[in-house]
Amino acid sequence: MKKLEEKIFKFLMISSTVLILSILLYILYVIMKKGLPSLSWDMISKIPSGGFYLGKEGGILNAIMGSLYLIFFSVVISLMVSVPVVMYLNFTLRRRSKLAAFARLTFDVLFGIPSIVYGAFGFTVMIYFGLQASLLGGIIAISLLIIPVMIRSIDEVAILIPNDLVEATKSLGATNYETIKVITRQLLPGISTAVLLSIGRGIGDAATVLFTAGYTDSIPTSLTQPTASLPLAIFFQLSSPVEEVQNRAYAAALVLTIIILTLSFAARYFSRRLSKNKI
Amino acid sequence: MLKGRLLKDKIARHYMLSATIFSIFILFLIGGGLLAKSLPIMQEKSLWTLLTTSNWRPFKGDFGFASYILSTLYVTAIAIAIALPLSLLTSIYIIEYASPKILRAFTAVVDLLSGIPPVIYGVWGTLTIVPFISEKLAPHFVEFSTGYSVLAGGIVLAIMIIPLIISILIEVFSAVPKEMREASLSLGATKWQTVKKVVIRKSIPGIVAATVLAISRAFGETIAVLMVCGNFTTLPKSIFDACYPIPALIANNYGEMMSVPRYESALMFAAFLLFFIIVLFNVISRLVLIQIDKRYQS
Repeated sequence: MKKLEEKIFKFLMISSTVLILSILLYILYVIMKKGLPSLSWDMISKIPSGGFYLGKEGGILNAIMGSLYLIFFSVVISLMVSVPVVMYLNFTLRRRSKLAAFARLTFDVLFGIPSIVYGAFGFTVMIYFGLQASLLGGIIAISLLIIPVMIRSIDEVAILIPNDLVEATKSLGATNYETIKVITRQLLPGISTAVLLSIGRGIGDAATVLFTAGYTDSIPTSLTQPTASLPLAIFFQLSSPVEEVQNRAYAAALVLTIIILTLSFAARYFSRRLSKNKI
Repeated sequence: MLKGRLLKDKIARHYMLSATIFSIFILFLIGGGLLAKSLPIMQEKSLWTLLTTSNWRPFKGDFGFASYILSTLYVTAIAIAIALPLSLLTSIYIIEYASPKILRAFTAVVDLLSGIPPVIYGVWGTLTIVPFISEKLAPHFVEFSTGYSVLAGGIVLAIMIIPLIISILIEVFSAVPKEMREASLSLGATKWQTVKKVVIRKSIPGIVAATVLAISRAFGETIAVLMVCGNFTTLPKSIFDACYPIPALIANNYGEMMSVPRYESALMFAAFLLFFIIVLFNVISRLVLIQIDKRYQS
């Protein structure tokens, strides 16, 4: 009887593991199968031309470039906030300080807040400052979204840095700032993984940019112009009744998936390779 | 020279402190901002009317959130009912039974799944789950369903929260000390008995915390659910009916909300509601998880 119960559960456990694995493969398969036929060089090298949304000529370069602009500036801003925060929590404050514990809890909570709330909040901030939906608005909202992702991810690595290293630099008479410069080198693998993770989170999110960045057929040339983005390109084109346009949504989905997969593999590769220099 | 070094140190310290305070402040800024924006509607209508009536006629000034709240709850309940058992079985298998190699390979799978953007899940859902429900599943139970339904939303959401639950459960199960398992095994218990009576029992707070986190993630998911749910303002009568969860409501209506009085405030109230519940759930479950971490570390 005991053996039977174990056997049943072991069977269930293996099946659910296999099921989850096959769902992942099935998702990738469906996106590939639907996206590949419509994916062409024109799709990723041209901006929409007249009649694009009726199935005529053009591509989604506007969305690709828009997403790249959005994510580039957001990552730069988030790095400027996240790295000092992690340094402060780990190497300036004492390890068991109350402020650090409170800050970490806050970042965990911020991490759990859905992107639609960041989008809605970003939108109210924009209205407050009299901004229209624009590249700048999108950058603000995405930065807010990925700051907690980045902080948590760098913090995970920073916590593991041995205290001896901090004490060794300090015993040589280094100031706190100089200590941090030494530690930054140790943290580089953690920071690059964090950047890749945040790009993945930020570039694929539709709900944040829906309110804040707007949508347009051209590539933005200034911060105050609205900008297209890949997730919204997928979302809007999929709701079109024209089959051609829908197919383009699948192709755009494939482009986004390829970007995400590349980032994900790069993150694994980096964190394994660079960690060889770690103490 | 010395002064230069100290000055640099001082500047760096101030910069780090302000960055930290700013990023902590984001949470309160969001809460405060959304609350301030939703005050007009809360002053006009009582909280009770907003939450329990289901009249939604923005142009006449009726804002009842009941059908949106119920939609959110239904979709979330289905998602948890599917995701929790699967995640539990899977994480027990890879922690207790599988080889370290499989554990490593499977963490890669979980990472990939959690990295896929919501909009891709939405596309996949409309391509596979929606037609499956309308053509294969629903005809057995109801006369007609478009497939864009509570069930479709629940299934897509379940797949999206599985990686979250599994990654937390893996940590929770690995936090149970090896000695406890060995003590149980040395007393003659089988592997399964050990898992059931020691590992799972010890992990119950962690399992609850993981579930609560998953619920709050499901509450807030927007684009994927919006794409497969049908977005129809009505109380769904069966799981094959369309529904309209709160995040989808906010996402769909932001464009027109500026022109109608109180509409913006009502939508911001919806956003504040999401924010409030999610922050509450997150704080509780994170505190539980921190406690678990502490207990086994010392």
